[in-house]
Amino acid sequence: MAAENQCNCVQTQEEDLYPRLNEIIGEHKGKPEDLIMVLHKAQNLFGYLPKKVQEMVAEGLNMSINEVYGVITFYNFFSTVPQGKHSVKVCLGTACYVRGSQKVLEKTEKALGIKVGGTTDDRRYSLGVVRCIGACGLAPAMLVDEDVYGRVKTTNAMEIIEKYE
Amino acid sequence: MIKTKINNVDVETPEGTSILWAARKAGFNIPTLCQHPDLVPGGQCGICVVEIEGVPGLKRSCMTPVGEGFTVRTHTQRVMTVRKQLVELILSNHDTDCLTCIKNNSCELQKLAATLGVDTLEYPKFEEKLPIDKTSVSIVRDPNKCILCGRCTQVCSDIQTVNALAINNRGCDTVITTAFDAGLGNSVCINCGQCVVHCPVGALYENSQIEQVWEALHDPDKFVVVQEAPAVRVMLGEEFGMPPGSLVSGKMHAALRRLNFDAVLDTNFAADLTIMEEGTELLSRLTSGKNLPLITSCSPGWIKFMETFYHDMIPHMSTAKSPQQMFGTLSKTYYAQQKGIPPEKIVSVSIMPCTAKKFECQRPEMNISGYQDVDYVLTTREIGRMMREAGIDLKEMPDEPADDIMGDYTGAGTIFGATGGVMEAAIRSAYFLVTGRELENLDVIPVRGLKGIKEAEIDIDGTKVKVAVAHSCGKARELMDKVAAQLEKDGKCEYQFIEVMACPGGCVGGGGQSWGSNMAKRARRGESLYEEDKLMPHRRSHENPSVQAVYEKFLGKPNSEKSHKLLHTHYYKRSTVDGKVLPENKISE
Repeated sequence: MAAENQCNCVQTQEEDLYPRLNEIIGEHKGKPEDLIMVLHKAQNLFGYLPKKVQEMVAEGLNMSINEVYGVITFYNFFSTVPQGKHSVKVCLGTACYVRGSQKVLEKTEKALGIKVGGTTDDRRYSLGVVRCIGACGLAPAMLVDEDVYGRVKTTNAMEIIEKYE
Repeated sequence: MIKTKINNVDVETPEGTSILWAARKAGFNIPTLCQHPDLVPGGQCGICVVEIEGVPGLKRSCMTPVGEGFTVRTHTQRVMTVRKQLVELILSNHDTDCLTCIKNNSCELQKLAATLGVDTLEYPKFEEKLPIDKTSVSIVRDPNKCILCGRCTQVCSDIQTVNALAINNRGCDTVITTAFDAGLGNSVCINCGQCVVHCPVGALYENSQIEQVWEALHDPDKFVVVQEAPAVRVMLGEEFGMPPGSLVSGKMHAALRRLNFDAVLDTNFAADLTIMEEGTELLSRLTSGKNLPLITSCSPGWIKFMETFYHDMIPHMSTAKSPQQMFGTLSKTYYAQQKGIPPEKIVSVSIMPCTAKKFECQRPEMNISGYQDVDYVLTTREIGRMMREAGIDLKEMPDEPADDIMGDYTGAGTIFGATGGVMEAAIRSAYFLVTGRELENLDVIPVRGLKGIKEAEIDIDGTKVKVAVAHSCGKARELMDKVAAQLEKDGKCEYQFIEVMACPGGCVGGGGQSWGSNMAKRARRGESLYEEDKLMPHRRSHENPSVQAVYEKFLGKPNSEKSHKLLHTHYYKRSTVDGKVLPENKISE
């Protein structure tokens, strides 16, 4: 699938992580009750939960694949798509929403060419939403990695995002 | 006993009884939607709410046990308003094209809306349509009809322990799907169809082949043969409003003949043949002591379950094909030869209580006749629909026998449809094959009935044979874990012969049975099969004259080279992720 001019270092790195994943699973072998802990560790390791990781966790913890998949899709924290280098989160809390953050979000989706929960093809950005970050006085607010931006407008959102390379 | 007052009627019930059941005892039918008599109440739908005096809020009567001195009101204004609102909310997110829905007239939601008098839809319709899952050859899933009651996931995970379907995502994105939303055809689904028979609405149904069968019947160049599984004769009546378990063998043959099938034959004939092959296989394994216990292979749901979750058991599996597939092979070889019909003109149709049979007939190895051995599989529901389309009322049919050379059957063949039946039929013939004498008491009572795992010990001329019978995949899993542990310990197992059926109750509880079935109906159907068995002139498979003829004229003897080639099969290891055949497959011996 990868285009010819695209580097495949990400995939190579992923392969290298599997032995460590096996160690993690080994510590919880046959214990379905440890599922969330194992998924947490696996996501820290890979940045997301690819299909193969889910399969390995299911087998190691002696669970069905659909139980594992159900838990992953239930919790917002878990992601089944690779995460970008930078995370962009638009606040959709009440204050931000009434001040137009939905429009900011739509504009950002369009500009990045992805939907909420998605990652750009170059893996530079992942887009998500948050429900109030306590910066209501600055509404509408946006988070890029750990940095908070207030009074974001549809016109300057991309300007802010593009500063993160 | 707990005393409760329900709408001014006093009722006494044992401790732990739900208010729902206590109310029924008092004469009040509280409406329900997600509740099913064979499943544990989960309280998903909230339709069964009631008011309890002194208790704040409304309580779900299916999950609330009676309490001493409770005063319960089941139809106050508040309760009735809430129920109606709940149904309206469900309908706002439900594809309400009832007239073209497979469940039209048998839908529990439709009935409920009518019962509660829902005559307006106050909430705006949720318009987004999700794709219909047609990846499986057996089962179709329409998420737009799904009401998320969770019956299918409960039966799939708790009773069958397959976990093909689960509740995924959350909030308004909640959807019942397979892992990775890959579709049932790309999952560990074993096609048993228990989800289908437990679904209250039209979200799950069989992948129908009615159209193809009509086409074959209308084609003058085709010779269409039909076989009917043992369990169908005690189920089909329900499609025409007859009481559960009505035995309609003769009427069924007559009705099929009137649908213009060229030859109306019977799967029961092949069931008798299966006993000859499997019984002989059992004897040779008992003699050699190798690969014991022998495990039956008639249930295609069980076969895929075993291939996926217990493929270490492959050497223990009987290599005998299921009766459907034996019949299919013979219809295009033996029958074609004897009747002088070119096999390419024969269309082999089977009527099954089963959805997994649709998968079985399309397995790539099932074509030893040079053609696909069984062309089309119809469930009991589908043949009921065809008969109604053709204006045939089963109730009014005369009793007619099946056609010759593959239509005779014995009582042993007919009890295949109930859990324990294959075992009992095998014992009857194995006794004869070993001793040369007939078993005097033909009724092997310990293997009958609906207990999850049944055991019996049979004395065959001083040799003790211990057998076990399991029905439902959850019970099969229990039994297989026990067998595997024993085999691992010292290579020996306490059992010599094991029967497994994927569905609770055996084939009478299959995924192709009439809508609205429950364990009580399954039990009634099973009893009817044993009643037919008692009425049969022959009750042992080896006494079937047509079976004797097929060996004499065509196959030689049981487990002969020709029998092996035509009537036996092999199994594959499958992935626990997507149910596909694994690359490192070895063919079983």
